[in-house]
Amino acid sequence: MAEFILRRILQAMLVLFVMTVLVFFGIHVIGNPVDLFASSECTKACLDEIMVNLGLDRPVWQQYLIFLGNLAEGDLGRSFTHGVPAMSLIWERFPATLELAVAALVLALVIGLPLGFYAGLRPDSWISKAIMGLSMIGFSVPIFWIGLIMILTFSVKLGWLPAIGRGDLVTVFGVRVSFLTLDGLRHLAMPAFTLSLLMMSMVIRLTRAGLREVMTSDYIRFARANGVPEYRVLGWHAMKNLLIPIVTVLGMEFGGVIAFAVVTESIFSWPGVGKMLIDAISVLDRPLIVAYLIFVVTMFVLLNLVIDILYSLLDPRVRLGAGAA
Amino acid sequence: MAPVLSVRGLTTVFGSGTQELRALDGVDLTVHAGEIVALVGESGSGKSLTGFSINGLLPGVARVTGGSIRLGEVDLRTLSAREMRQVRGSRVGMIFQDPMMTLNPVLRVETQMRDALRAHSTLSRQEVRTRLIAALAEVGIAAPEQRLRAWPHELSGGMRQRVAIATALLHSPELIIADEPTTALDVTIQGQILALAQRLCRERGTALVWITHDLAVVAGIADRVSVMYAGRVVEEGPVDAVLDTPAHPYTRGLIDSVAASQPKGARLPMIPGRMPLLSDLPQGCAFAARCPRRSPLCETTRPEPHPTGAGQTVRCHHPLTEPAGAVA
Amino acid sequence: MIIAERPSRLRAFTRAFFNSPTAAIALCVFVAMSLAAIFAHLIAPQDPYDLRSVSILDNLLPPGEVSFGGMTYWMGTDGQGRDMLSAMLFGLRISLIVGLASGVIALAFGTLIGLIAAFRGGWVDALLMRIVDLQLSLPTILVALILLVILGRGIDKIIIALVVVQWAYFARTVRGVALVENARDYVDAARGLRLPPLRILFFHILPNCLPTLLVVATIQMAQAISLEATLSFLGLGLPPTRPSLGLLIANGFDYLQSGRWWISVLPGVVLLVLVVSINVVGDRLREVLNPHLRG
Ligand SMILES: Nc1ncnc2c1ncn2[C@@H]1O[C@H](COP(=O)(O)OP(=O)(O)OP(=O)(O)O)[C@@H](O)[C@H]1O
Ligand code: SF4
Ligand SMILES: [Mg+2]
Repeated sequence: MAEFILRRILQAMLVLFVMTVLVFFGIHVIGNPVDLFASSECTKACLDEIMVNLGLDRPVWQQYLIFLGNLAEGDLGRSFTHGVPAMSLIWERFPATLELAVAALVLALVIGLPLGFYAGLRPDSWISKAIMGLSMIGFSVPIFWIGLIMILTFSVKLGWLPAIGRGDLVTVFGVRVSFLTLDGLRHLAMPAFTLSLLMMSMVIRLTRAGLREVMTSDYIRFARANGVPEYRVLGWHAMKNLLIPIVTVLGMEFGGVIAFAVVTESIFSWPGVGKMLIDAISVLDRPLIVAYLIFVVTMFVLLNLVIDILYSLLDPRVRLGAGAA
Repeated sequence: MAPVLSVRGLTTVFGSGTQELRALDGVDLTVHAGEIVALVGESGSGKSLTGFSINGLLPGVARVTGGSIRLGEVDLRTLSAREMRQVRGSRVGMIFQDPMMTLNPVLRVETQMRDALRAHSTLSRQEVRTRLIAALAEVGIAAPEQRLRAWPHELSGGMRQRVAIATALLHSPELIIADEPTTALDVTIQGQILALAQRLCRERGTALVWITHDLAVVAGIADRVSVMYAGRVVEEGPVDAVLDTPAHPYTRGLIDSVAASQPKGARLPMIPGRMPLLSDLPQGCAFAARCPRRSPLCETTRPEPHPTGAGQTVRCHHPLTEPAGAVA
Repeated sequence: MIIAERPSRLRAFTRAFFNSPTAAIALCVFVAMSLAAIFAHLIAPQDPYDLRSVSILDNLLPPGEVSFGGMTYWMGTDGQGRDMLSAMLFGLRISLIVGLASGVIALAFGTLIGLIAAFRGGWVDALLMRIVDLQLSLPTILVALILLVILGRGIDKIIIALVVVQWAYFARTVRGVALVENARDYVDAARGLRLPPLRILFFHILPNCLPTLLVVATIQMAQAISLEATLSFLGLGLPPTRPSLGLLIANGFDYLQSGRWWISVLPGVVLLVLVVSINVVGDRLREVLNPHLRG
């Protein structure tokens, strides 16, 4: 088990290293950020000064080494445009993204599980067919388009929900969140729903397929043959088997949700890291772009570790297998 | 004495309308308290389906369309889904073929047994534990306290089947349906499980329906035997009579194929040909295509069950033994 | 013998496919849209790129409005007075080109890598599959975003980005099927006949990969079109001079708040219909070609 975890960690660090190299050198191929800071009457000397200030006068490989050294200390450089450490900007904005992503995850489960369950129990009813049709659409449609239609419907036409921002915030344990105020919830509703659609479709499909398989299994028949009440058979005996693939897939997708938040945040002007990234890209704020990417990749790697642990908690067979290996 | 289970003319179909397939057609089955009745027949003959029809756990596409299933005084077919749930586990228990698949892989033994126990009784946590430990001890499981905390995959196949049996017996049901519970086990374990089932059934006076492929098992455990073919019971009677003087050509074929094939208790049919598909059952006797005694009558007219001199009931126009009442 | 069997197999497949009315309709819709895109220059009422035919005075007209010149804008006009119907037809063409081109290149490249992995085995296989795993574990949008930041805008750039995010799916699929097929009897038989390896590859193994590849390719194409639209919407994909559907939607986004919905919504509907119909076709293909995957 310890060896397994160690291997996973080493693997993860390798992935991180490769990513830093790719990202760092990739970003350095493009555009010259000095131009951004230079006013039109800036002389050569003033340009050089900016270069030195930004550390751009050194060779790229030196910049990378410095970057790597700083990275080890958790310092991902200063944003060109904001003039503050990139990491602090990310930490400042990340709670908003996390809140959005978690809300989307919760919505996907709360709506997707019952719908998938229904479709799995009565696969031939027209309601189930409608559910599956909707999940197909949820899979296919680009989420920015859904967001757009929602804004048009609920903000422009009906005027029920605000189209931009986070609304009133409350500070809980030092983190500012939206979901505890009514105004915040109204702001959260559309972006979270939009972001959750893809996951929701996935949950519906996984639940349906999983349930249909589980329901024909001998252990469900056995539980029923013992007179175990139906709510218990479905709600626990079947559910626990279903949750294994769902947790795995959702865990793997959660990183993707954070990445896709880029789109949602842009549409709804949600002040998270995704919107920050798009803004940084438009002004070529390299340290910020690099910091965002490193941050997201790191989160990915950590997430995968967490899923493995969760997975082994849910499925005792895995735990034993790992212990024996 | 009135039988515990009395099934008459049970008919079960798959699908509906023009695509309706008769998987069971007029099955009769009678089991008394403390009696073991074996149900044999080759794969697809409808043995499991008979079991699921009785305890109301048919797959969604199948339904019972005819006959009666009396358990003691009640006809199970008249019960609502809720009443049926109360019967399952408390009055009718079921054990399945593959102990690997019978226990839920992601729930501890204790959880599964506790749910079965709580399905028909309200007990405190402590009482539940005591009962479960006693139940495991009774089926010969050593260190039952620890086994309760185990996950199914930590147990051997034989141990799992014991757990399944203990679970099915928790409420001392009057009837147990065992669907090939030893097929997936190796021979020594098979013997142990057979002996265990036999002992418990005799001690408690439980009626037991034992579904199997294996005539050796039938000879070893059962009092009576019903032979099924293509959804019908083709021969029924006391084990000794049926095995010594089979009346139906199909039964004869089964016995010969076991005698011929070497490793004892090998899988059934060595009879040439295959069982007809449900979708194209012949008009007359379903066995006609494979039967050495076939006559033109067999191809046009379905044989109805009638008694033989040796106490069997047989569905055949030309049985191998003299019909009852015939002058020898 | 196998060749004699082909036509009947194809017919059986076609019949099975059209057994689902939904799939049949989806396929017709897709074909119709492709034709409309191919002949966009013939059927479009206006050349939206030709500034002389566009009149700024006609800007922001709702659907059905008639212009000064007497032309009816059935789908309205955008902020520069372009006929939306024409813009959408040309946008559809670009979206399809991007989806198809990236799909075909990714298919070719991925198939090559998958076959190399399957036949080389050993460390080559291990290394290639590691790369595939890494590629698949990163969210597509993120990878595409980074690439476009590095590469800049342009139709070739976006195709490159899409190929990079898609090839791994094909590689993994082909490798899986090839390994299975390679172990089959008929391949052994072909080897026994001392057929050259390339012949075995092209006549025995690849044809058996085709059904699965077709399914993956269909679904990947829908993904690619959708992803291109998303990236263009974020301002990262195509140059504004030749707008795809995604860019049209993005251009209309600014007008949405003021209630001029058609500029954004109409291209969105076209995109939706396109992607959904491709996905329905893909789903049906999977059901017909691979019964094991039926959900
Ligand atoms: N879901 C189903 N749909 C249609 N027919 C089915 C279905 N399940 C079972 N059958 C048919 O019902 C018949 C009886 O099946 P059953 O499982 O009772 O056979 P069995 O005697 O228990 O066989 P085995 O020894 O293999 O367990 C078979 O002909 C089978 O093909
Ligand atoms: S009825 Fe005829 S065909 Fe059927 S088993 Fe008897 S002899 Fe054979
Ligand atoms: Mg069976």
